[in-house]
Amino acid sequence: MKKLVEILARSLVDYPDKVEVNQVEGEKSIILELRVDEDDMGKVIGKQGKIAKAMRTVVKAAAAKEGKRVVLEIIK
Amino acid sequence: MPGEVREVEKTGKNIEEAVEIALAELEIDREDAEIEILEEGNKGLFGIIGNRAARVIVKEKKRPEKIIRAFIEKVFEAMHIEAEMQLRTDGDHFYVNFHGKDLGILIGRRGDTLDALQYLVSLAVNREVQKRVRIILDVEEYRRRREETLMRLAQRLSEKVRRTQKHVVLEPMNPQERRVIHTALQNDPAVYTFSQGNEPYRKVVISPKK
Repeated sequence: MKKLVEILARSLVDYPDKVEVNQVEGEKSIILELRVDEDDMGKVIGKQGKIAKAMRTVVKAAAAKEGKRVVLEIIK
Repeated sequence: MPGEVREVEKTGKNIEEAVEIALAELEIDREDAEIEILEEGNKGLFGIIGNRAARVIVKEKKRPEKIIRAFIEKVFEAMHIEAEMQLRTDGDHFYVNFHGKDLGILIGRRGDTLDALQYLVSLAVNREVQKRVRIILDVEEYRRRREETLMRLAQRLSEKVRRTQKHVVLEPMNPQERRVIHTALQNDPAVYTFSQGNEPYRKVVISPKK
């Protein structure tokens, strides 16, 4: 799951080396904390959060396959 | 930076050799390269006097097909999805169709997941290429079949509206799906269509023409 977020985020930003994903795993749910360079925030959030929403949709689909709930948080 | 174009400058006895060296270093094929000749090179008189080396700049061409394939392959691997990918293009549009088992997950509720992935691949590709391209992802022709379903629905409801002379409000749909309904009925003599509400709950209304 962490890998997926890294791939998606790195393909969108100007500074892929600054992409960091921290995965906190619970029993039924996973929390993914995404950090990117300050200048890249817009690139992973998008207008009205459109990009963030698309990433969440894809990540949720992947998690559903493993029967887990997933929360993707973008951290400043 | 992924948006950066990889390029090298190389010299050789002739252009051919310089290009070969550059391609080898970039690890790309000739069809993926843009070649700029800086110095033609000159054997010189009797190969001794005025001997000049050929000098070229070779740039990696960013072909959308390549970026699309690489992106999808990486994403599918991370999602543990196995699918066959077919890609066809008319130059501006890239249609990518997937075949495989259990790809329902890739479609999602009413195509949500497919739309999201399509949006992300489009962003990832268009930041790397010079000319903007449109990418359409599909699973087992899901979009085409959905379009046919919507067109049949439009016809059925148009008849109902004509019969009852009462308007009909459809389920919320995304812009592409609404467009299918509008287009299907735009020349219908008995009804007209419009959309109401806000995304993502925007709905098509089919109304009788007075």
